[in-house]
Amino acid sequence: MKFRAMTAIAAVMLAPTFALAEADDDTMVLNEETEMVTKTAAPAHVADALDQVMSGWHFRSDETQAMQLDDFDNPGMVFVEAGLETWDTVEGSEDKSCSSCHNDMDSMAGVRATYPKWNEAAGEVRTLQMQVNDCRTSRMGAEAWKYDSGTAINMEAALSSVSRGLPVNVAIDGPAQSTWEMGKELYYTRTGQLDLSCATCHEDSYGMMIRADHLSQGQTNGFPVYRLKNAKLNGAHSRFKGCVRDTRAETYNPGSKEFVALELYVASRGNGLSVEGPSVRN
Amino acid sequence: MASGVKPRVKVPKTAAAGEAITIKTLISHNMESGQRKDKEGNKIPRSIINRFTAEFNGESVIDVTLEPAISTNPYFQFDATVPEAGEFKFTWYDDDGSVYDESKKVAIG
Repeated sequence: MKFRAMTAIAAVMLAPTFALAEADDDTMVLNEETEMVTKTAAPAHVADALDQVMSGWHFRSDETQAMQLDDFDNPGMVFVEAGLETWDTVEGSEDKSCSSCHNDMDSMAGVRATYPKWNEAAGEVRTLQMQVNDCRTSRMGAEAWKYDSGTAINMEAALSSVSRGLPVNVAIDGPAQSTWEMGKELYYTRTGQLDLSCATCHEDSYGMMIRADHLSQGQTNGFPVYRLKNAKLNGAHSRFKGCVRDTRAETYNPGSKEFVALELYVASRGNGLSVEGPSVRN
Repeated sequence: MASGVKPRVKVPKTAAAGEAITIKTLISHNMESGQRKDKEGNKIPRSIINRFTAEFNGESVIDVTLEPAISTNPYFQFDATVPEAGEFKFTWYDDDGSVYDESKKVAIG
């Protein structure tokens, strides 16, 4: 009896903790000047699944959230600086750096917001990293970076940092549509021994706790992400890989056509949210 | 020799006399603990920042000993009282003998 009474009390005490697990209502103002859109009406193509799309920032603790608000406190900015150095580094047979053609990194504002993007000449949807590698191999005569490797991620973070505050706006119609459909298919396909799809956690169950972690909508507007757990920047594809692995399935590789399609689809679910990369998460 | 080491500090440009201001410092550094092994199984030698100091007009504000358990890119945030206009000098001491420093002026106003 006594035991049962205690369980009842425990259940009552637990109730408020579940309520706390909801996404919070904080507003994100970057460096005390840039107001960021972290919640907005869901874009038309996901309106039947979600009312509102939310940045993963809302699902983190106040302390973690604060780290992202100031560039000095954001540990991801150290990697952005490394990326900026690479931007000006001459490499390859053509004796060029990124800045030889593109000038300042500031001129790249807005680029990150539209990727992954259809490339007409190549006839494929390309992620930002693929596009950077194309520049490196065909224009600089340099070696391509390994997908989601340190240097590649640093460059992606530097490119992303100048787009912060601008709304994600990836195109899903026209030639990109078939890739987008493929990504959507993957998003809703259950995989692994645990039989989970992306949607199981990030669409049906966001806001709930998965063990000690708070499930977000799995938006990609904050990528590359500085994760406290490994103290480095993480790419979207590496994150996808981690998620698929956690369903106990064989995963696709970062840079594979499956993950490119998935990145396009997931990015499109966050159309309208401000680019945050490099963001800070658990 | 550690590569890519770069100190950064954030200090308000002005303060009221006697005001406690918040100072933030960060140095990008691997902080190799000396406990890890490389792919061949050889120990990676320890290479860390072992001491950090801050001085204001030559007077010591903080003097910290760092140990190998401290993570990559050590970050310090502390408050310091500014009695008069002057200059903060921050110094980081590396295991390899390198010394990195950075200074910031604070005006009263």
